[in-house]
Amino acid sequence: MAYLQDEKPAEGPYHWPSREEASVIGKDHHRLDGMKKATGAAKYTYDINLKNQLVARALGCPHAHCKVVSIDSAAAEKVAGVVHVHVLEHAQPGSEISWQGELLVIIAAETEGAAAEGVDALKLEYEQLDVFTSEHDLEAAQKAGRAKKGGGKVETLNEPGDDEDEDEFIEKELARLFDESKHVVEGFYGIDAITHCCLEPHGSTVEWQGDKLNVYLSTQNVSGTDDGFANSLGISADSVDVTCNYIGGGFGSKFAPDYWGVAAARISKATGRPVKLMLSRDQELKIAGNRPSGYINVKLGADENGVVQVWDSHHWGTSGISGGGVSHTVVPYVLVPKNYRRRSTSISTNMVRARAWRAPNHPQACAITQTAYDDVAAAMGKDSYDVFMANLVNASNGKAEVYAEEMKVGAELIDWKANWHAHGMGEAKGSVVEGLGMALHTWGGVANTSDCLVKVYPDGGVESFCGTQELGTGTLTVCAMVLAETFGLKTSDVKVNVGSSTYPFSGASGGSTTVGAVSESHRRASQDALRAILELAGKQLGVEADGLEATAGRIQARSDANKGMSWKEACKLLGLKPLEVTRGHRRGTASPLSNSGVGGVQMAHVAVDRDTGVVKIKKFVAVQDQGLVINPRTCSSQIYGAVTMGIAASLYEHRIADPKSGAFLNAELADYQLARLGDVGEIIVELYEPESERQRGVIGNGEPPAISPVAAISNAIANALGVRVPVAPFTPKRVLEALNAAGRA
Amino acid sequence: MSDANKNRGSDSGFDRRAFLKGSGAAVAVTAVQAGSVAAQDSSGTDVQRGWKKIKLNVNGEVVTVNVEPRTTLLEVLRYQLNLTGAKPVSLDGSSGASTVLIRGKPKMASTTLAISCRRKKIETVESLGGENPDAVPQAFVDNDALQCGFCTAGFVVAVRAFLNKNPGASEKEIRAGLNGNICRCGTYVGIIDAAISVAKGGK
Repeated sequence: MAYLQDEKPAEGPYHWPSREEASVIGKDHHRLDGMKKATGAAKYTYDINLKNQLVARALGCPHAHCKVVSIDSAAAEKVAGVVHVHVLEHAQPGSEISWQGELLVIIAAETEGAAAEGVDALKLEYEQLDVFTSEHDLEAAQKAGRAKKGGGKVETLNEPGDDEDEDEFIEKELARLFDESKHVVEGFYGIDAITHCCLEPHGSTVEWQGDKLNVYLSTQNVSGTDDGFANSLGISADSVDVTCNYIGGGFGSKFAPDYWGVAAARISKATGRPVKLMLSRDQELKIAGNRPSGYINVKLGADENGVVQVWDSHHWGTSGISGGGVSHTVVPYVLVPKNYRRRSTSISTNMVRARAWRAPNHPQACAITQTAYDDVAAAMGKDSYDVFMANLVNASNGKAEVYAEEMKVGAELIDWKANWHAHGMGEAKGSVVEGLGMALHTWGGVANTSDCLVKVYPDGGVESFCGTQELGTGTLTVCAMVLAETFGLKTSDVKVNVGSSTYPFSGASGGSTTVGAVSESHRRASQDALRAILELAGKQLGVEADGLEATAGRIQARSDANKGMSWKEACKLLGLKPLEVTRGHRRGTASPLSNSGVGGVQMAHVAVDRDTGVVKIKKFVAVQDQGLVINPRTCSSQIYGAVTMGIAASLYEHRIADPKSGAFLNAELADYQLARLGDVGEIIVELYEPESERQRGVIGNGEPPAISPVAAISNAIANALGVRVPVAPFTPKRVLEALNAAGRA
Repeated sequence: MSDANKNRGSDSGFDRRAFLKGSGAAVAVTAVQAGSVAAQDSSGTDVQRGWKKIKLNVNGEVVTVNVEPRTTLLEVLRYQLNLTGAKPVSLDGSSGASTVLIRGKPKMASTTLAISCRRKKIETVESLGGENPDAVPQAFVDNDALQCGFCTAGFVVAVRAFLNKNPGASEKEIRAGLNGNICRCGTYVGIIDAAISVAKGGK
C-alpha cells in the first residue's frame, strides 16, 4: 500500500485545538456502539457461532495440589454428541498440578450439554499432595517453607560512618528517629486477593481455512496475540488473524491467547471443524486472573504536625504459586518520608499466578499504607484531611500542588468540614455511626505505540483502521471524535475500524495506555491527511494551505469564511483514488499530544452499623486529573466504574480458600460477592482539568481511579468506629471482630 | 412447572414423567459445569434422552427449535436462533445476564428449560431494538449506562420489566429493586440515571 508518508514527509506540527477552538473534543459524546450493546446486537467472542462448530468444555483440576495418576476417557468418548477428547500436555499422567481449576482435559462436542456430560464422564485418579493457601498467616507460611525474602529498601537522611556496620547503624538510626517522633503509631493492615471476574469468561472461537487460522478472541491485545498463537502452533504470525470487536471485560487479565486458546486451535485442526472454547464461571475465577494479596506490619513516627518522619514496615502476600505479592517499590505509597525501611516476604501458595489487575500493586499499596497515615491522625485526634495535607510535602511524584487542589475540590463536594468528627467521636443514630476517609494515588498512563491508517474517499467519506480494541472504555468513540475534530466533521460522518490484527499495529490495552495511543495515531494521521486536502483545496481557491481550516463540514479561509468549499467538494479534488495516510506514535517518545503521570484524590462518607457490622456507602467523591479530556462522558464513566469496583473490593469481594484442601470456596457469582446496584450510594466524579492540565495532552485514566477506594473507605470506617478494621474486604464479620477486639462492640 | 403448563402437555409428545427425569439430568449437568464433581450416574437417575422439535414464541414469531430435555432456553436462543443478547455469565442465574421476559416476567434463560417455555410468550432484549428502539436501551445510551456491555442486555431487560411493573418508580425504589443483575465494569450510576429518566418520562 502506498502511504502518503512515502511521498510527502509532511509530519506535524501536531497539536490539539484550544478549548475555545475545539468543536468536538472536550464535549460529552454518547458512545457510538452503545445502542448495539444495549439491544443485544453487539457480537462478543462468546456470541460468535460458526457453521458446523463444536462447543468445548474442560475438566478443571478438583485439587489444589496433586499428581495426575491416570486418565480414562473411554466413557466420555461414548457420550452421544462428544466428538473429540483432548488431554492437555501439562495434564498427562505423572504431571503435578499446583492449583485448583487448572484445565486438564477438554471435550469438544456438538452441544454445550453434550460437552458438559462428556466432562462429567471422564475418570481421573489423583494423588493429593500438601497444600498451602493461607498467605495472610506469615508464621504458617514460614513453617510450611513457603516464605522467601522479598525486595526491600532503606533510605535515611543520615548515613553510616566509614567504620560503622550498616545494619547496626540503620537499627540505631531508626530507633533514634522513633524516639524523637512526637507521635508513634504501629499497625497491621491487609487486603485479600480478588479475581478479575470478567463477565465474559476467557476464551475463543477458532477456525482454520487451510493453513490460515482465524481466531475470535476475547482479548485486550488484538495486535499482539497473533504472535502468541503462531509461536505455539509453529506457524507464522501472518497466518493468524485475531478479531475482537467487543470484549466482556478484561481488567488486565486478557493479554494472551492462553493455553486453552491454543488448545482450541489444535482441536479445530484435529477435527476439521470450528471450535468454541469459553471457560466456565468457576474456571474463570479460579485460573483466569487474580490480584495479589498484601498484608503489612508497620511502625511510623510523625512530628507535631503529623508529618511522618520515619517509616518501618514488613509486608507479605502472594501472587500465587511463584510467590510474589505487592512490590516493595510502592511502599509506602505516594507519601514517602525521608527515612524509611521497607522489607517484604514473598509467599508461594497453591493458587494460579496472578495477572495484571487495574493499576498493578497500587490499590494494595494504597490500602495497606495510607490507612497507617490515617491512624496517625487518629492517634493525634487531628482531622485526617489536615494530616494528609501536611504530608503532601513528602509526595514522591512532585504532585503536591495538584493533590492540594484536588483535596480542596473533594472536600467541598463531600462537605468534609461539616461532616467531620474526630475518630470514633461521631454521634450515633441508634447503632449507626458515620465517618469520613480519604486517600490519594498516582499512575503513569503513558501513550502506547499505535499506528492508524486514515482513508479519505473522493466522495468525502472518512474511514480509519487501527489494531486497537474497544474494551468498553470508549476507545471507538474517542477515535471518531479525534477524526471529526480534525476534519471539521461530525462523529457520524466518520467510520472507525478497530478490533482486528489485520489493521495497523496498536499496543495492548493495559496500564491506561490506550486513549493516549489512539488519540496520538488518529490525530497524526488525520492532521496529515487534512494537510494534503487543504493543499488541493488551496490551489483551487487561490489560498495558501496554511490559511485554510476545516470546520463545520467546510474547507474555508480563516480570514474569509465565504472563500471556501464544502468538505465533499474538497475531497472530489482527490480524483479517483482515496487518500491514504498512515501515521503513528512510539511509546516513550515525547509528544505535544500526550503525556504521563497523574494524581487523584478520593473521599468516602460511610455509615456503619455497630450491631450488625454492615457498612454502607453514603457518598463517594473522586477528583481525577488526566491531562486533556477527549470525551468527558466516557472519561467519567471510567471513574464511576473504578470507584464501583473499589467499593466491591472494600466491602464484598475476596477469594476464600479452604486452608486444608486449598479449594477456592466461592468461585461462583452467588458466593463471590460483588457490589450490586443498591450498594454504591451516591458517587460524585469531578474531572480536574484546569488549563495547566489540559496543556499536558492526553493521559489514560483506566487505572488511577481504581487505586484509592479501599484506603478511603477503610479510613472512613475507622473514623466512624474509632477502631481500625484491618483487612479488606470489611465484611460485617470483620467489622464485628474488630469492634470486639477493641472492646467497643 | 406451573399448573397451567402441566395441563397442556398432551400435544407435546413429551411425557411429564419423562420430562421431569430429563430435567433432573439437566440439573446434574449444570452442576458439573459449575465445577462440582457430583456424578450424574451415581444418582441412579433413569435419564430421558433424545431430541425433539418444539415450537416457541420468541419476539412475536413462532419458531421451531430442536431440544433435549436438558436444553436451556439460553442455549436455544444463542445457538439456534442467533439471539445472543442474553448472556451466559453464571449458570445459577445470580448475575442476571440472561434475563428475558417470559409472559412478561423477568426470568433467567440460563436456568429455564426450553421445553418448559412452550406456549409462553418469550421476549428477548433484541425485541427492544430495531429502528425505533424502546425507551430503556435509548436511556442506557443517553446516560452512558454501559461499558464493556456484556451485562447490559440483561440489565436492559431487567429495567424494562421493573418499570413495566413499577411505572414512575422513585430513585429509592429503583435502587432497591434492581439488584438481581451484576455489572463488573461498574455502570450502576448510569443505570440508575437511565431508569430514573425512563420512569420520569412515563415510558
